[in-house]
This record gives sequence, C-alpha cells and structure tokens, in this order.
Amino acid sequence: MELEKPLLDENKRRIDGRAVDELRPIKIEAGVLNRADGSAYLEWGENKVLAAVYGPREAHPRHRQDPTRALVQCRYNMAAFSVSDRKRPGPDRRSVEISKVISEAFSFVVFREQFPRTSVDIFIEVLQAEAGTRCAGLTAASVALADAGIPMRDLVVSCATGKADGELILDPGKEEDNRGQADMPLAVVPRTEDIVLLQMDGHLTQEELKKAMRMSIDACKEIYVIQKDALRKRYAVTTEEPVEVQETIDTQIKEE
Amino acid sequence: MVEEIVKRELVVPGDLLDAPDLKAGVGTFREDGKIYAALLGIKSERAGYVNIVPLGGKYIPRPGDAVIGNIVDIGPSHWLLEINSPYPAPLHTNEVPWRVEYGDTAHYLDVKDVCLTKVLSVDETKRVQLTMKEHGLRKLNGGQIVEISHSKVPRVIGKKGSMISLIKGFTKCRMFVGQNGRIWIDGEVDDIFNAIRVIKKIEDEAQVMGLTESVASMLEEIYGPSRVE
Amino acid sequence: MGGVIPELTRNHIHRLASAGKRADSRAPDEFRPLKIEKDFVKSAEGSARVHLGKTDVLVGIKMNQGEPYPDTPNKGVLITSAELIPMASPKFESGPPRENAIELARVVDRGIRETETVDMEKLCVEPGEKVWLMFLDLHILDYDGNLFDACSFGALGALTNTVVPASRFNGEDFKLEVEHYPVSITSVKIGSSIFQDPSLDEEMVADARLTVAIDENGNITAMQKGLSGSFTFDEVERVIELARIRGNEIRETIKG
Repeated sequence: MELEKPLLDENKRRIDGRAVDELRPIKIEAGVLNRADGSAYLEWGENKVLAAVYGPREAHPRHRQDPTRALVQCRYNMAAFSVSDRKRPGPDRRSVEISKVISEAFSFVVFREQFPRTSVDIFIEVLQAEAGTRCAGLTAASVALADAGIPMRDLVVSCATGKADGELILDPGKEEDNRGQADMPLAVVPRTEDIVLLQMDGHLTQEELKKAMRMSIDACKEIYVIQKDALRKRYAVTTEEPVEVQETIDTQIKEE
Repeated sequence: MVEEIVKRELVVPGDLLDAPDLKAGVGTFREDGKIYAALLGIKSERAGYVNIVPLGGKYIPRPGDAVIGNIVDIGPSHWLLEINSPYPAPLHTNEVPWRVEYGDTAHYLDVKDVCLTKVLSVDETKRVQLTMKEHGLRKLNGGQIVEISHSKVPRVIGKKGSMISLIKGFTKCRMFVGQNGRIWIDGEVDDIFNAIRVIKKIEDEAQVMGLTESVASMLEEIYGPSRVE
Repeated sequence: MGGVIPELTRNHIHRLASAGKRADSRAPDEFRPLKIEKDFVKSAEGSARVHLGKTDVLVGIKMNQGEPYPDTPNKGVLITSAELIPMASPKFESGPPRENAIELARVVDRGIRETETVDMEKLCVEPGEKVWLMFLDLHILDYDGNLFDACSFGALGALTNTVVPASRFNGEDFKLEVEHYPVSITSVKIGSSIFQDPSLDEEMVADARLTVAIDENGNITAMQKGLSGSFTFDEVERVIELARIRGNEIRETIKG
C-alpha cells in the first residue's frame, strides 16, 4: 500500500499550505436571490453555498403554529452534483440532523416572540462541497436572515476545529476531515460568546477540547467581520438621512 | 434649495449603538444596560429614542396604515386579505360601507380582487383587522399593481407628497401608494409604463442624493417640460 | 407552478397583450438577458449556471458506470431529474418531485436525447455489461418564469464542458463530445398574442404554452404543449418559425 502523505509537514504546514490556525479563504455576498425575502451566497475554500430566508410567514401546517412565538425552521440540502459520488436528491438522516441543530442555533438569536404563529424558514443549498458545509451553510444563513430583516440579538458564526497528526487544526479541509482524528463544528454568538451549536466526533483530551473551542471562537470573530462587510456592501451608498414621511392615504385620496 | 445632509450610520444586528441618554426604540434591544441594533438598517435618533429604520424585511402592519391587499379567501362574514406582511388580515362585514347579509360576502368582494384598505387595529398577538369604511377606501378596478420594498415607500411619496405629485403630474396617472409597498397605477398604457419605470428608479436609487431632481429630469425627457403644472 | 394572481393584474396583462405589448416592455419575441456560467461546480463532471432575467438555475452532470438497459446494450444511459426546491419560490414545497418537476425533467431530457446531442454509443464501456450512466440534475434556485428554457440551456451548457471521469475506473478522462445543439424555445399565448420567454406573471395568466426544441439544422427534436388553452394550426407554425430564428441566436450564446 502506498504510504499516505502526512497531514502536517515538519514545519507544521498543512497539505494545502495553511498554518494550523489559518482559515480557508471566505467570500460572502448578500442579497443574491430575487424571490426570497433574504439571501446570501458564500464561498469558503471549495465550498459553494446559497442560503435563502422566507418569512416571518404564516406557519404551515397550522397545528405546528406556536401562539407565543415564531418557529425557526431550517432545511439543509446538498445538490446531487455537489459531492464526488452523486448524492440522491432529497433529505437523508444526515441532512435532517444538520437542519435540526442549525434551526436550534438560530432559535437562540432570533427575537421569536415578536412574530407569534409564524415561521422563519431558512433554506441552505450546498452547491459544491469540500468539508465543513454545515459551518458554511450556517454562516451564510446568518447573513440571509439579517438581509431578510429578521430581528436578532446578533449574527451567528460557525467554524470547525479538527485534529490531524496529533495537532489541533482550524477549519479542516477535505483530506484532513477524512483522515484526521477529530472534527468539532461550533457556532457562536460573537458578541457574547454564547455557544449555540457544538458537535464533535473523534478523540480529544479535555485540554485539547478547551483549546479547540477557543480556536473556533476566535476564527468565528474573524468571519463575523466578513459577514458584516457583506451586509454593509449590499446597502452601501452615500446618502441622506431617510425621509420619514408619515404621509397617510388621506392626502392621496383628497388629491384624487 | 439646500437639503441638510446627515451622514447615515448603517448598522447590522448585534451592533452596539452609541446612544448615551437615549431610550431603546424600534428595532433595538437593551442588554446589560447597553443598547444594540436588532435589525439591519439605519440608525435614527428621534424624541429621546434611538431607532433602527429597516432597509428590508417584511411589512409589519401599524394601525392607521393604508395598505393594498389581495383577497385570498372568503368566509360567511369576512374576507381574508394578503397584505405582504407575515399575517393575512381579515376584513369583517361590519367594516365595509355596505350592509352585507351573513353568507353573502362573495356578492360584494371576491377572491382575486384588490382593495385599498386601512389597518384598523393590531392586537398584542399581532392579529390584524382591516377597515374599508372610511372615505375613498374601496375595491380597485383596472390599472396595475407594482410592488416595491415597504422601506422605500416614503421615498416614492416624498416630502409632503412631492415625489408622488411629480409622477402624477407628468404621467396623468391615478395612483395610490400603500404603506405595505404595493402601488396601484391607472392610466393610459404608455403612461403606466413610464410611471413604473420611474418608481423602479426610485426604488433602486432610494439612497442616492438629489433623487427628486433626477426623477424630474427623467420625466421631462419623456414628456417635455410643458407637462409640469 | 405559480399561485393566485389578482384579477386586476390578469386584466392588465391581457389589455397589453391585445396591443401586442408586455408588462416589462419587451418585444413579443424578445428574451430576457441571458447569462451562462459554465463549469460553475467543480465537484460535477460538467455544469452550468443560467440566469435568464431573474430566473436562476444550476445544472450539474455526474457520471458513474453501471449496467445498460437490455434493449440498448451498447449505449450509455441518461437520467434527468429536476428539483423545485423551496428556496426558489414561496410556492415550492419540500418533498419528492411532483408533476411539474417531472414534466420539466422529461421535457429537458427529450430535447437532449432525441437530437442525439451526445453519441450515447461512445459511452459504452463493455457492450451489455458496463456503460456510463449520466445523471443530469436540474437545480432551480430562483423561479421567475420559463424554467423549461433556462434548464435546457443549462443542460446543453453543462454537456459542453463535461469530462468523463474514466480515470476513476482505471481509464483516462476524456472530454464528452457534443454532436448537436438543440435549443429549446418556449412561447405562451395570451389572448391572441404569442410571447417568447414568458415571465412569471405571463406564465400565470397564459392560456397555452408551447416548448419547441430545434437543432442547428432546423430539425425539431422535441415539443411540449402545456396549459388548458389551445393553439391553432397556423399559430403552431408561427411559434416554430420564431423559435428557429431565436434558437440560432441563443445557440451561439450557449456555445460561447
């Protein structure tokens, strides 16, 4: 059998040349779709992800409505051609689980009580997958929610930390994900450091876990800046104070 | 004419609002004694409150707002209108200018009709009631509906209705602008086209300075300066 | 695929149509701006993203080896699927494809299959034993009318940059050869007017719809009439002739 190339070289450089605490390149654009109430497109390494938000809108079916607050419902989906072996269209157990934990993460930040009986529907489509699609999807969805005008405590940001060749590595790529010894996706509210999504599989000592969480949170704060820039760029034009005319229909009718 | 230009501050959810001595207003929240933005929008200080004027999102009904609604369902004593908001809004038979017998609703207004109505009330659970009882509120016949973001409505209307008067003056169209971002336009086919072009321009350039002037010159280009009254 | 449209809007479109005009002031045989981004998805063997006005679709091709159909033992297999994902429209729901998605996939499939766009015999590995299976997935991202044409442009665009991944099966990768360029042109009838490339509103008020796929030699390779209205014999002739003219132009854009 051919010997696999180590994931870290003697200078602790990774196979794609990154340092252990270095993110893949990230690009976000807000407001890319027409029908949705809010949307965002994100490229993160080789991941390409679209997120759309509809709502708040009347929740269906009716019996799922909560009379006191909005439901936050996410549907994470991978396009058939987004992975190397074609994925059968439609939800599978993995995508159902990811959808659930992302819905719960956003339920923490959305001011749900402002919209009783409604749902805020988040759709994440992975168009091209490398590794870390749930982090990419959640990060994009957060921008789409803000673009849709959904009131929130803060944006949510997500990034994973893994372990390869005995070292903690930020934001594992595909090879590192396949051959590494641990993967821990985390999502955080950057302002308060509330952790709203946390999953892990593999082997980590308590000490490593603590360090991995800190690495992910610090990286999330970097990504947070990119999210905010994307939103500001969408609406950036120099400008006047908004006119707040409280013109009612009466003048319009009178003029008729 | 000198317009006062104020540098606007664009904020995103979670941004700390530097607002000493101000109270937390619309689109904001207070945490640990500090005020933060809950919405993507423009920071605005008014009457002791700091508010966020949203840049997008759904229309949220407020009592007294004029809204243009599409009838989507009908019951024996009410019609249900879709008003571009998170909630469909009922219009009850006692809120229309006619005496409607129980079960006779479809004789007056039917599904797929478009109506100019007012928001009568919104309760704590966000249930909306509409009315059509005031003068001028009615079913809209003919013309066309254009939809824009509700946040751009003040721009289409303009200060003291200046923008809308300008468009009406040139195009000779009849128009109503609903607070929910729906605009009804009726007139000659080409005039409707022109009015829609102008409205789309206002929507695209809502944040740009000197908008009234550039709209006026666009209309003058189409109609010539003579149409101004 | 749309939903209810107010009577007022319907009347307005009809009033315009009777004067040969359209609500977005296009000429009757004018398409919305068309933009094709080829090779959008690297995980796919071939792909194309198509923006037709505000309609946005992503088409991807995945290939694998498998058994041929018994009646065509020396030909590759084409499998086309469409997903009307809820991201694209508030009217689309999650779940298995319903009749609209199935019709869309079948019409796009026919346009390609019947023209012999790709010589399926070249996709035979071992007659009767092993052939290439070609999965063509139509992913609808934003629905603003005329999915038939957007998807068929995307399918053809994706085929033109498909590389058969033979190296995964101890062979050598080779570029898929496109032999013919069938272009699908959809027209709708509103009152007595015929309009190409219907917008969403036009689609919703149209009496009848006709999709025609024509190759570079002027041969008609697939058709589909839809909706509850009818066309006269002369109208069908006119729709086809107009489709041929427009198709020649769009073919060059797709080859681009």
